[in-house]
Amino acid sequence: MNPAVATATPSRSRSPITAFASAWASQIGITIAFLALWLAFIIGAPSTFLSDRIYLAFAQTTPYFAIVALFLTMVIIAGDIDLSFISEMSLSLVGFVFTWQATGSVELGILAALLVGALCGLFNGLIVTYIGIPSLVVTIGTQFLFGGLTLVLVNGKSYPLVATNTAFSYGLLAGKIGTIPIQFFWLVALAVVAWVLLNRHRLGQNAYVIGDNPQAAQLMGIPMRRTRITLFVLTGMAAALAASMNALSLNNFYPNLGSGYLLPTLAAVFVGGTSVFGGRGSIYGTFLGAFMIGGIQAGIVAVGLTDYYTQFVYGAVVLAAVSVHAILQRRFE
Amino acid sequence: MTLPPAGGYGISTDERESARQSTHLADPVLAAPALAASAPAQGAKRLELRHISKSFGGVRVLQDVSLELGTGEVVGLLGDNGAGKSTLIKIITGVHQPDEGEILFRGQRVEGLTVQRARQLGIETVFQERALADQLPLWRNIFIGRPVSGPLGFLKVGDMRRMTSELMGESMGFTSAVLTPNTVVKGLSGGERQGLAIVRALHFQAEIIILDEPTMGLSLKETEKLVRFVEGIRAAGKSAIFIDHNIFHVYSVSDRIVVLDRGRVAGQFPTSRYSLDELMDIMREVAATGTFTEQERYRLEDRTPEATTGSSEDHE
Repeated sequence: MNPAVATATPSRSRSPITAFASAWASQIGITIAFLALWLAFIIGAPSTFLSDRIYLAFAQTTPYFAIVALFLTMVIIAGDIDLSFISEMSLSLVGFVFTWQATGSVELGILAALLVGALCGLFNGLIVTYIGIPSLVVTIGTQFLFGGLTLVLVNGKSYPLVATNTAFSYGLLAGKIGTIPIQFFWLVALAVVAWVLLNRHRLGQNAYVIGDNPQAAQLMGIPMRRTRITLFVLTGMAAALAASMNALSLNNFYPNLGSGYLLPTLAAVFVGGTSVFGGRGSIYGTFLGAFMIGGIQAGIVAVGLTDYYTQFVYGAVVLAAVSVHAILQRRFE
Repeated sequence: MTLPPAGGYGISTDERESARQSTHLADPVLAAPALAASAPAQGAKRLELRHISKSFGGVRVLQDVSLELGTGEVVGLLGDNGAGKSTLIKIITGVHQPDEGEILFRGQRVEGLTVQRARQLGIETVFQERALADQLPLWRNIFIGRPVSGPLGFLKVGDMRRMTSELMGESMGFTSAVLTPNTVVKGLSGGERQGLAIVRALHFQAEIIILDEPTMGLSLKETEKLVRFVEGIRAAGKSAIFIDHNIFHVYSVSDRIVVLDRGRVAGQFPTSRYSLDELMDIMREVAATGTFTEQERYRLEDRTPEATTGSSEDHE
């Protein structure tokens, strides 16, 4: 007799359809929501949403927060959160501007921005894991700290970046491939990278376990600190890259460049089905969630409502999405 | 549902081996002698703790605890809540480091034991449900903390799914078609979860298996299976530490029972020399007084001078 396994397996007979729905409930839910919202916009404003111009606009503007959302997803899956990325965006650009002005090289400027972003993430991660303060509190603190440091360093000034336009890396971060803004290709490429890291790499495996059951992670010897710090660093670098694209594209750096992105980024992650409790979430969901959030503002104006409705609709979509995710989860799992 | 024979958890010497040839290893008659032959002589010390002390925030949880575990030996660890059982286990498994004292593995002193190192040394723990990730599929749970991956850390998902599938059929006895390697752990029954936890411990090269309150939440039938499983551990020349607060479960499978009380070893009793009734009397006395009366001590020492070792002298 086989010892420990006990188990007169209870009579759980499930149809293949139910099993499929159970395994993919979250992904199916977000896909349906995405298509429903899209359809609503097409019906409401066919002339806008059946032409390619609006999609080209989305392809440029959505990546600015979607790229951060991809890596923030992993942070949240591991049971943490990062609210400091908007200030990481600004501070990393200080690194960009200073380095670019000192050396005249846009490429070195971008590298400096990435380095600053990584250091910001490292700072967050070290405080969260070694001092042992919840990341929510730490990153509220560092949001002010990094943002304040930005203001101090640049004296509150903004910097025109028109002179960068001739650089090779300007085209790399703010150019176009054919008619399609290059930001979109960055987003797709980074989504693939994030998906692989999350689903096919030790980092992601460990992130899921830490978020699901920190006690299990500890008992089973998962390198918790290293994993969590790495995720904060990746988020910081993603913020730096997104900010560099944004500033180059605008030809301007201003110290509170990141501030508009806090809610759309978080909304993209949660609309995409990532659980704030950790242990659950997907890159696919965040990717679609980002385009839903990105489409709302344009969609609202296009269907004839005033821009004042934007925040209201954001709120409604976020609440509807997280409720549907919660219900699906209870229904199918 | 059909259950494989005892030892069917695949007590293996090599993890790949167990995945590839688990039919061979699932047979205890074949597996056990081969393993016993390669192991050191019966009774050699596999693990030794010397004078271990540990405090948390000024509270002494363990005080001068010494413990030995021989090859092929099953030691039962008994004690009330707060006696220090969990802390002792966490020290052996590298979760906590002792403040004082030393840990010897096969006679070699081990410094700064971590969870990873303990696993490399072949110390595996069945932590019951506490160490499963509910929202993750079976295959990810089997490989928590040591996924099969390439040089850059990329997972070999196909390999892990296949191994899980094989373990499920052959070692866990999960024959239901509803359960696949992709099934999320949340939906499993208590027994299935325990099977998963045990298979996870044994799939990897384990020499010492620690069962932390393994009967908690199990039905009678499930408990019987567990007892047979522990007997299989001994037959395979492995060692085990069986922690429980139920003396009946511990007595039936252990070679020796160590009673822990308020952070100290209150006594050690070979089950061959003490009846269950005697042990229950002793336990009652320990629970009431934290030690034995002199009279009781003389009675015990008179009978088995070597039975009450080192640490019990601390109570004088």
